[in-house]
Amino acid sequence: MPTIFGIPPQALFGQLLLGLINGSFYALLSLGLAVIFGMLNVINFAHGALYMLGAFVAWLLMTQVGIGYWWALLLAPLAVGAVGVLLEKSLLSRLYKLDHLYGLLLTFGIALMIEGLFRHLYGVSGQPYPIPRELAGGQNLGFMFLPNYRGWVVAASLVVCLATWYAIERTQLGAYLRAATENPVLVQAFGINVPRMVTLTYGFGVALAGLAGVLAAPIYQVSPLMGSNLIIVVFAVVVIGGMGSILGAVLTGYGLGLLEGLTKVFYPEASNIVVFVIMAVVLMIKPAGLFGREK
Amino acid sequence: MVKQLLVGAALAALSVSTAQAQQGKVSADVVKIGVLNDRSGLYADLGGEGSAVAARMAVEEMGGKVLGKPIEVIAADHQNKPDIGSNLARQWIDRDNVDVIVDVPNSGVALAVQEVTREKKKIFLMEGPATSSLTGSACSPTGFHWAYDTRALAVGTGRAMVQEGGKNWFFITADYAFGHQLEADTSAEIKKAGGTIKGAVRAPLNTADFSSFLLQAQSSGAQVIGLANAGGDTITSIKQASEFGLTQSGQQKLAGLLIFLSDVHALGLQVAQDLVLTTGFYWDMDDEKRAWSKKFMEKTGKMPTMVQAGSYSAVRHYLKAVEAAGTDDGPTVAAKMKEMPVNDMFAKNGKILANGRMVHDMYLARVKKPSESKGPWDYYQIIRTIPGDEAFATVAESGCKIASQ
Repeated sequence: MPTIFGIPPQALFGQLLLGLINGSFYALLSLGLAVIFGMLNVINFAHGALYMLGAFVAWLLMTQVGIGYWWALLLAPLAVGAVGVLLEKSLLSRLYKLDHLYGLLLTFGIALMIEGLFRHLYGVSGQPYPIPRELAGGQNLGFMFLPNYRGWVVAASLVVCLATWYAIERTQLGAYLRAATENPVLVQAFGINVPRMVTLTYGFGVALAGLAGVLAAPIYQVSPLMGSNLIIVVFAVVVIGGMGSILGAVLTGYGLGLLEGLTKVFYPEASNIVVFVIMAVVLMIKPAGLFGREK
Repeated sequence: MVKQLLVGAALAALSVSTAQAQQGKVSADVVKIGVLNDRSGLYADLGGEGSAVAARMAVEEMGGKVLGKPIEVIAADHQNKPDIGSNLARQWIDRDNVDVIVDVPNSGVALAVQEVTREKKKIFLMEGPATSSLTGSACSPTGFHWAYDTRALAVGTGRAMVQEGGKNWFFITADYAFGHQLEADTSAEIKKAGGTIKGAVRAPLNTADFSSFLLQAQSSGAQVIGLANAGGDTITSIKQASEFGLTQSGQQKLAGLLIFLSDVHALGLQVAQDLVLTTGFYWDMDDEKRAWSKKFMEKTGKMPTMVQAGSYSAVRHYLKAVEAAGTDDGPTVAAKMKEMPVNDMFAKNGKILANGRMVHDMYLARVKKPSESKGPWDYYQIIRTIPGDEAFATVAESGCKIASQ
């Protein structure tokens, strides 16, 4: 049997596909982070906690109210978005005049509190969330067995990422947003309500995290730790892609997912640090990130 | 009459002075128990606050006092980091007068703490950690390994799976001291039983996605996929193995080498059903265990894992030994603990070997199907009792040097 670096090609395809699936989560989460950083200049450390919140809202909807996966896919991001709007209005908006560091510290504190609360209430082992009936089972692709649900995750995240990119880079609303980032005073002078736009942008960014949380619920346990396990990697993705670059965040998300998948085959022990090694290298060669512009 | 009074007074004085002498042997006038474990990470549910609750239950049973001195229980989070764990242990012993350290899941941290307690001659009661080297190459005169170890898991689950026809194995191993030892011990048992090892992959601790490793295990063609990991990692791997249809095909079987009751609870019976596992304790085995576990449940809202039940048993035995020895001096109490049999709801006629291994019966269990379970926490069917002498290594086999001297 022919092999590539000692691995049968079929096994390699399987691993690449798995990498792509993990990359979908990286892309969705780093997209939200990039949107928030691009528009608000806030490094949102609460992103992981809000992703976890999305999964928990879905789980609570199912176990307490009896609302299933598909409605949760809509309701949980809305709920998380609403929490985000509240946070922005009440706390974050007071910090824009100060250094980046304050926003970072505030969101980090919020993350610790949300996680601590859920850990206290539900423990760390997590709650099971079943795969929706419509997506149970899987396809035998010849080189691997692909659960339908994982296929759905890749498709859903691709659509959401592309739509977001299009909305920000190619529509009138996106143009306002980008203009408001460059010069908020001037845009306000044209009669556009910039503070409200900023609030809604933050709400949208964290709603994306909530959506990723619902998508993740059936794959991982719904656990208070799920966010903090992922968020550091996602930050590395954003740094590698270039802070604030939307396309960069998405492409890097998928790319690093693939690369991590390959590492799991060739040198599994290093699979949880490979992303950081790449981050270090990228920062040395291109400090603004692969897709970032030097300011 | 005067003479009698004098004799009486002298006797009374004597008894007072001996009592004082005995009380004087409790360091800092308090017996302090430090529960050191993961209280926030992936192992927090199998030990965590539950182990501290169990220790307090043992203290309550003693009336809160031993040798006339109060007993105090404190707890801290080692965050699964050996440096934090050993620093806390040092601080506790040097500054806070802690006499005994309890639990310490995560073999990596336990190995580090064992060095501290050995140096300070303090008692170390291990329920959480698994690696058999704690009573082997890394044994200590004051270290006690209580609830289970990697060798017992290998003998239990490993041997049972081979006997059922699972001849060749592939391991998904947690990449640190515990996983390596569990893989090594299980491999040895499998080979002894006539099986073979097809390969292994080392997964970093706290991995979010095991599908890649599961796929490698699948393509190896091995009959049994051995999960040499624990806690959150085991939960994720079992859940994702079911998602990828690894076991539904019937060609491959999953062997969770270390599964706690809290893991099964988190997975749900639908996913966990039919898993074969080895445990040192299950709440629903006899009246004594049920009664104790019910009390534990009232305090925590959960049934105890073998780690938590073991913490109760070990602390109780320790306090009995302090009482019998008349002191809380580490080496003296350690010698007393090894003399006394362990008899409580956790273990019947348990004995402690010279290397610190507490030998008691282990149980091979099968996770019930949802249809067989009568309600919450009714999860295991006990298939076989593994006698303690079969489950655990002898002192000679363990390779512990201090014990053979």
